[in-house]
Formats: sequence, C-alpha cells, structure tokens
Amino acid sequence: MSASSAVNAMKKVVQQLRFEASINRVKVSQAAAELQQFCLQNAHHDPLLTGVSSSTNPFRPQKVCSFL
Amino acid sequence: MCDQTFLAISFGPCDKCVKTKPLMNIYIKTDQFNYCSLCVEMMANEGLRDNETLSSLKNESETLKCKLEEERAKLHDVELHQVADRVDALGQFVMKTRRTLKGHGNKVLCMDWCKDKRRLVSSSQDGKVIVWDAFTTNKEHAVTMPCTWVMACAYAPSGCAIACGGLDNKCSVYPLTFDKNENMAAKKKSVAMHTNYLSACSFTNSDMQILTASGDGTCALWDVESGQLLQSFHGHAADVLCLDLAPSETGNTFVSGGCDKKAMVWDLRSGQCIQSFETHDSDINSVRYYPSGDAFASASDDATCRLYDLRADREVAIYSKESIIFGASSVDFSLSGRLLFTGYNDYTINVWDVLKGTRVSILFGHENRVSTLRVSPDGTAFCSGSWDHTLRV
Repeated sequence: MSASSAVNAMKKVVQQLRFEASINRVKVSQAAAELQQFCLQNAHHDPLLTGVSSSTNPFRPQKVCSFL
Repeated sequence: MCDQTFLAISFGPCDKCVKTKPLMNIYIKTDQFNYCSLCVEMMANEGLRDNETLSSLKNESETLKCKLEEERAKLHDVELHQVADRVDALGQFVMKTRRTLKGHGNKVLCMDWCKDKRRLVSSSQDGKVIVWDAFTTNKEHAVTMPCTWVMACAYAPSGCAIACGGLDNKCSVYPLTFDKNENMAAKKKSVAMHTNYLSACSFTNSDMQILTASGDGTCALWDVESGQLLQSFHGHAADVLCLDLAPSETGNTFVSGGCDKKAMVWDLRSGQCIQSFETHDSDINSVRYYPSGDAFASASDDATCRLYDLRADREVAIYSKESIIFGASSVDFSLSGRLLFTGYNDYTINVWDVLKGTRVSILFGHENRVSTLRVSPDGTAFCSGSWDHTLRV
C-alpha cells in the first residue's frame, strides 16, 4: 500500500531527526577555540604556511643539466 | 471451463464486534475467523501506533526540525573569526606553479596523491588514468578505461594500486606493476557496482576496503578482494558528488556531499547518518575534513565554501566574496588547517585564512575551470587539475 510505505518513510525521517536532536553539542566558542589551537600548534609543521627554502623544496625549478 | 472464484458472502454475527453484518472469511495464523469489514480495517491500522497517521508524523518531523535548529542556534554564541581576532594575520603569500603536468587529452576530472608524497594519479574525460611522478613530471603508468568521464580516482595507501571509476557505474582497482610486459588492464578488478555513475572513491586505511559515492544517491563500502558490499549508506535525496574519510586518529566516520545541498556525516560500521548539514544553496561539489577531524569544509556551486564544526553541530564560517560568482569545485586544507585552498569554475584558485575568514591570495594559471585540488601528504605542495587538460603542482 502506498500509504503505508509513505508512513514508513516518514517514520524513518522522524527517527533520524530524533537521533540527531539528541546528540551532544558544544558551544561554538569552545569548538572555535580548539580549531584555533590546532592551527597554531601545527603551524610550524606546515610548509605551505611557513615556506620552504629553495634547497629543501622538492619542487624547486628543475635545473637543466648540460654536457660541458 | 471458466475458473472463477466467487466470494460467497455469508451473513451473520462478527467474531469480534458481535454485530450482524456481511462477514469476510479471513485467516490469521492458520485460525479461521469471520470478521465484519469494519473490524478488519481497524485491525489493519493497529499496525501503526496510536495517533501515528501520515499527517501527524509530518507534523512531528517539522517540530523536530525546528527544535534541531533551536538547539544549534543556542550554542551559537560567537563567530569563528571573532575568536580568531587575536591571532596574527598571515603575511602575503607567493605561490608559484612549480610543475605543469601535460599529457591528458581531455579535461582532468580528478586526482589523488600517493602517500610517498611524490606520485599522483589523475583521471580525465577521455578515459585515461595516468600515474605521474610529480618531481620529474614523468608518466609512470597509463591505463585506458573502457568508459569516458572517469570522475573518481584514488591511490591505495600502500602505493601499489589505484582505483578509478566513472560512467561505467563501477569502481575498478588496478594493481600497479613496473613490469613493462604486463598489461595493466588485464589485472583489473571490478569492485563496486552502482546503478548510476561513480562520483567519488577512496581507500580506507588499508588497501582492502574502498568507499564509493555514486550518482544513485548512495555511498557504499566494499571489500576489494571479494568485491562484496560491506555497508551501504542511504539518506541522500539526490546524487552524491563527493566524500572524504576522517583522518585516522579520530575514528570511523566519513562525510559526503550531494546535489541535495546536504552534507552528511556517517558512521562506517553501522551505516547510520550521524549528523547532517543543510545550509548551502546549491550542489556540494567537494568536502574535506579539517586535519584534526573535528570539522570539515565544503565547496558548492553557490560560490561559497563553508566550514562546519562537528562538535558544535553547525556551520561556523563562510568563505565567500561578492566578486566570486562562479561555483567552487574543490577544496582542501593545508597541513595545519590554517589555509584553505579552493578551486573555482572561473579558472582561479583562492587561498583563504580558515580562522579569520579572509582571502589571503588568488592564484591564476589555469586556462579553464579548476576541477580538482589536493594538498600533498607532507604539505609541501598542492596539485590542481583543470579542464584545460593539465595539472599544476
């Protein structure tokens, strides 16, 4: 019966919404502070942020070798 | 002889309500009963709990949605960029294209880095999947898929295999071999079977499992050896366009984004949707987890990228500008999570400061829309693939 399948579909939606409404949430201020802390802690390890010197950069422009 | 059954209507007292009515002769668990039609109707509706008609369920879902919004709004005490006010602003960035990988005959649709930080695999519209060495720009392997529009490709964590798929509705795994005599196509293993195009695929932490997302609206987890479906994830109302696995320290979840404007976070083992976010105005083209695993960013055709925090269960930042009107096709974080690289359909790449929400830099160079973008595993570079047939590192 299409009516009962529609009812079943709605039941699933309602169950899912109930589940989502019940999860634990933290305040944005705390979550944001933690994101910020992660960024700052790892900033040293981030080559794109701090830049790499030409000698260590694996992607430095290739030098052309020529026969002397 | 005509074979007709006649319903002989018997008239008499109903077994349930004891009224004298036309009776229906029905069997319930091998017992035969005579019930009037009214009683039969009522018993059929007992399958639903009290008051659970379609309209009451609809009302309940509406109220729950409102309640969800309220709960989320309650915790919205401050914006991310306000918290980040005290952080130093980033200096000017100069990022140059160091390598241009040419060789694809048509639009580059997807790419992935190998864990060894130098190899990458890319796939294109002409059906070719090529493995490159990014340092030397040499092509190491090339496979021709039997279908065009190879929209998804992934490198195995061990570096020994690649997976790709597209309009053929399945994901194929090719083991990489350096033996020149071996035909790579011969060793192909078909792993996933969907009913619509494959839009994204990714290996989980091991070579043995693949997660796929498809235009049929579902995601699925497969075992590579046996090709068996381990778990499927239903919930999207339209095509699923992208997925990303949580960084390994934080557990078994992944996020997927689709044409229904929703980004959903799933549990790999149970198949259940844990959280869903619906604030974009258009299709979500790409999702990527923040390096810590507590947040993810999404890029959408509505020309914005948004950062969603998983613990606060809401969107915490929007990266957009009035001048950007073209959709964003791909997004990735730098290693520390401070920079967000986004590729757009107006041929540019924008670099955003994640915390402050401001644009740090624009990169030009591609001659057609940027379709895919990934930061290398060690964070020293990022690669962008474009419809102009090239990849830039």
